[in-house]
Amino acid sequence: MKHLISIDDLSKDEIIGILDKAEDFEDVALGLRSCKILEGKILANLFFEPSTRTRISFETAMKRLGGEVVNVSAQEASSMAKGETLADTVRVISNYCDAIVIRHFLEGAARFAAENSSVPVINAGDGAGQHPTQTLLDLYTIRKECRRLEGLTIALVGDLKYSRTIHSLIKALKLFKNKIYLVSPEILALPEEFLEELDGNAEKAKLEDIIESVDVLYVTRIQKERFLDEEEYRRVAGSYRITPEIVSRMKDGAIILHPLPRVDEIDVRVDSMRQARYFKQAFYGVPVRMAILSEVML
Amino acid sequence: MKELVISKIREGTVIDHIPAGRAILVLKILGINEKTKETVSMALNVTSKKMGKKDIVKVEGLFIKEEELNKIALIAPNATINLIKDYEIEKKFKVKLPEVVRGILRCPNRMCISNSREPISSIFYVRAEGDEVFAKCHYCGRKIKDLSQYLL
Ligand SMILES: [Zn+2]
Repeated sequence: MKHLISIDDLSKDEIIGILDKAEDFEDVALGLRSCKILEGKILANLFFEPSTRTRISFETAMKRLGGEVVNVSAQEASSMAKGETLADTVRVISNYCDAIVIRHFLEGAARFAAENSSVPVINAGDGAGQHPTQTLLDLYTIRKECRRLEGLTIALVGDLKYSRTIHSLIKALKLFKNKIYLVSPEILALPEEFLEELDGNAEKAKLEDIIESVDVLYVTRIQKERFLDEEEYRRVAGSYRITPEIVSRMKDGAIILHPLPRVDEIDVRVDSMRQARYFKQAFYGVPVRMAILSEVML
Repeated sequence: MKELVISKIREGTVIDHIPAGRAILVLKILGINEKTKETVSMALNVTSKKMGKKDIVKVEGLFIKEEELNKIALIAPNATINLIKDYEIEKKFKVKLPEVVRGILRCPNRMCISNSREPISSIFYVRAEGDEVFAKCHYCGRKIKDLSQYLL
């Protein structure tokens, strides 16, 4: 049975296969073509932690392919969690449906769910752990908007220490040959183990030194909770803010991505500039999740 | 002359070349405790040419399975095993690091599912790098070294 738990479980060819499939589904995702290949199938969204955006993206993807969705809300899931184990919940729910999308606050929960499920399990985020569908949609966006996935200069900006999106993206980017710049305050620098994984393909840099050379600027939020001192947070976060002045220095064809939600790390005036692709990136979540759903259920 | 630290056994398993202070941990890994019916003797801080000081464990009347014994390699990578029959060494071998261990190591990550109340036992992938032994949690991916600190 096919599950999707971690981006590490996929080979480069499997990743490319999913991206190609997503490409085929793009017109279906836009409502331009009908393709009901999952008709008669039921997807269970099992969310132990709220994530409306991710849940709706899966729900839309499933419905565009003709399937049905049952949602177990965070509230229902957590009251269930009080009464029984995750193992039992998954054993029961997997008898009702054809695939499960799970989001949980504990790391490894999705893998454990898969071990107890009679249907495929897709990880939609397990605590600080993995969120492979986000990574696949990030890769899809880069390939789509830059027309390639190799030979690019990619700057990862913001919280490189705690961001699960960044850690997962780094693991995937390692499979493709790209130059990576790490742009973060020292206290939010990429952990050593990820630096090792990148084996010399990444270097720390300052935004002003590299902004003219990047093809992709991937921005993440710097969270206030990471700082002891509010003053310090404001000073640091301010210096990583993407403004129209910074964007105007970017080269032709360069793009800005963000996993959303955004707070103020990207100035709203950037939204109308041609480099801003983060809303498109959010849309691409639908065809990518369609590809994943059809991959695990058919 | 070979010194006799603890009396010879007629039949059973002798585990030698355990780093000093770890004999108790070896028993823990093997699940040997006060409920075990076999006689167990330990020698601690024995002078050793190779190791300076070492511990030795002898379990009388029991041939422990090789697969079980290999788990000792997590904390005593150079341990040697002597299987004794009629006071003679019937088989001698060095423990070999297992690739996967279940239910032996504890994940230090508090947010790891393996530490929850689920019906779950920890799974770690084990790997040696030079003299050091590393293990990686199957569930959360956390890497650990100095494994003796993480025995369940
Ligand atoms: Zn773990």
